Amino acid sequence: MSQPSLSEALRGVVRRDLLLAMRRRSDVAMSVFFVVIVASLFPLGVGPEQAVLRMIASGVLWVTALLACLLSLGRLFTADYLDGVLEQTLLIPQPLAVLVVGKMFSHWVISGLPVVLLSPLLGLQFGLSGDSLWVLTLSLLLGTPTLSMIGAIGAALTLGLRGSGLLVALLVLPLFIPVLIFGAGAVTSSVAGIGSEANLSLLGACFMLSLAFAPWATAVALRIALE
Amino acid sequence: MGHGRCVTYCIGIRHLRMSTTGTNWFKYSSPQAFHPLAGRLIPWFAAAALGLSGIGLYMGFFVAPTDATQGDAYRIIFVHVPAAWMSMFLYVIMAVWAGIGLGLNARPSFMMAQAIAPTGALFTFLALLTGSMWGKPTWGAWWVWDARLTSELILLFQYIGIILLRSSIDDLRRADRASAVLALVGVINVPIIYFSVRWWNTLHQGASVSITAAPSMAGTMVTAMLVMTLAFWMYSFAVTLARMRCVIVERERQPSWGKPAAIPDVAEAR
Amino acid sequence: MQWGSLAEFVAMGGYGLYVWISFGATALCMGGEVFVVWRRSAAAASRNEL
Repeated sequence: MSQPSLSEALRGVVRRDLLLAMRRRSDVAMSVFFVVIVASLFPLGVGPEQAVLRMIASGVLWVTALLACLLSLGRLFTADYLDGVLEQTLLIPQPLAVLVVGKMFSHWVISGLPVVLLSPLLGLQFGLSGDSLWVLTLSLLLGTPTLSMIGAIGAALTLGLRGSGLLVALLVLPLFIPVLIFGAGAVTSSVAGIGSEANLSLLGACFMLSLAFAPWATAVALRIALE
Repeated sequence: MGHGRCVTYCIGIRHLRMSTTGTNWFKYSSPQAFHPLAGRLIPWFAAAALGLSGIGLYMGFFVAPTDATQGDAYRIIFVHVPAAWMSMFLYVIMAVWAGIGLGLNARPSFMMAQAIAPTGALFTFLALLTGSMWGKPTWGAWWVWDARLTSELILLFQYIGIILLRSSIDDLRRADRASAVLALVGVINVPIIYFSVRWWNTLHQGASVSITAAPSMAGTMVTAMLVMTLAFWMYSFAVTLARMRCVIVERERQPSWGKPAAIPDVAEAR
Repeated sequence: MQWGSLAEFVAMGGYGLYVWISFGATALCMGGEVFVVWRRSAAAASRNEL
């Protein structure tokens, strides 16, 4: 029997995760509803004044997306770890880092992509319009996969530990901060009328950097956790 | 095959070292030899720390003149800047030991990283506290989101994360290696954080001004600051070596990584 | 010496509170750390006596 190619293994990992998520559609729904509810809390807390909301929109929406990613990190490896599939994955001849990219991608599709698709609506709630909505969506499109990739490192390091939910947050939030700064900064500068290209390119750089290093770091962390 | 050649090479280096310097430094890489060596070094570092701080404080309070713009409040830099420098320096050193530990699979390197973390976290906390104390009279606010203070805050989070991760993992080997990975990931993050926070500061004009000492600092001010930094550095050596000794003895209680108690005093005491 | 009297030295040109809290906290924390490590080393040694 011939060994499956790298792309086949990758596709297999993604297909499996997406299939499992489809069977428990509540996972996708949870991300969506969390973002909607939390984003609605801020106007309730701050007041409905349009000018204020437009000013805080970028920060609020970005932090909400960040929290949604953070809360869903527990699901990234835990299920596979508990039923033994993760150990098997470590034994597959294909490089673990590539398989990890597959897991990160499916994690993003399940919890990040819905947020990206929902963001124009949320932006409207906060009084953003036209160009800023577009920048918001684009920044989240670049940012949420980056957050998934960086978050995976934390999820792998804390695999199976008690209290790992809070611990992952503490480990991963300092790593999230540059992405938050550039992402929210893009929307802020768009609202202010300055160009958002600089922030978006820096966001893109973060994406590239995490694509280059996060899968490998996550693979190392997984091996450490499972020895 | 490769391992055999590596061992021969290492032994060759040891012989070379012994023939040139008369001592075999490699033997100190084992915990049982390191323990007494550290014990002998600590008093020297402690004395150096006390001496240098005496000199530094004297210079800072009695030689350095009062600043024209900031009055005597600026004297806080004689602890703020050394603490901030040490916090970053210790993080990098910790990450280096973590990297060596991961690369060579060496237990003592991990122990060294473990010993450094709390001291680094302490200096970060002090940098934040003294920075706040400096900011209040100078800029009127207890906390300013200045690039350097904000970066220090995030550095503190990273230190705490490493310490908490280690304490959350029961298995020593996993704890060592996981916190090492986190330290390395974090050290890459430190310059990125600094750059992004400075970027963020320029984006939001009028948020705050940077708490930098006036660019033209009198020579005595700089000297006093450097002497205090050196004092903090000697202090760090002393405390880290002392903590390392504690870690060594504590680990001898649990034969982890499959080794029995090896330190002579510990074995004798049993 | 640039300080006229002890009172002037303590006052630090009006900023005495900030300066002395900073230096005091630094001394306290560093002394505290030394104390904690000393206790830890005593505890580790005594536990090994058993």
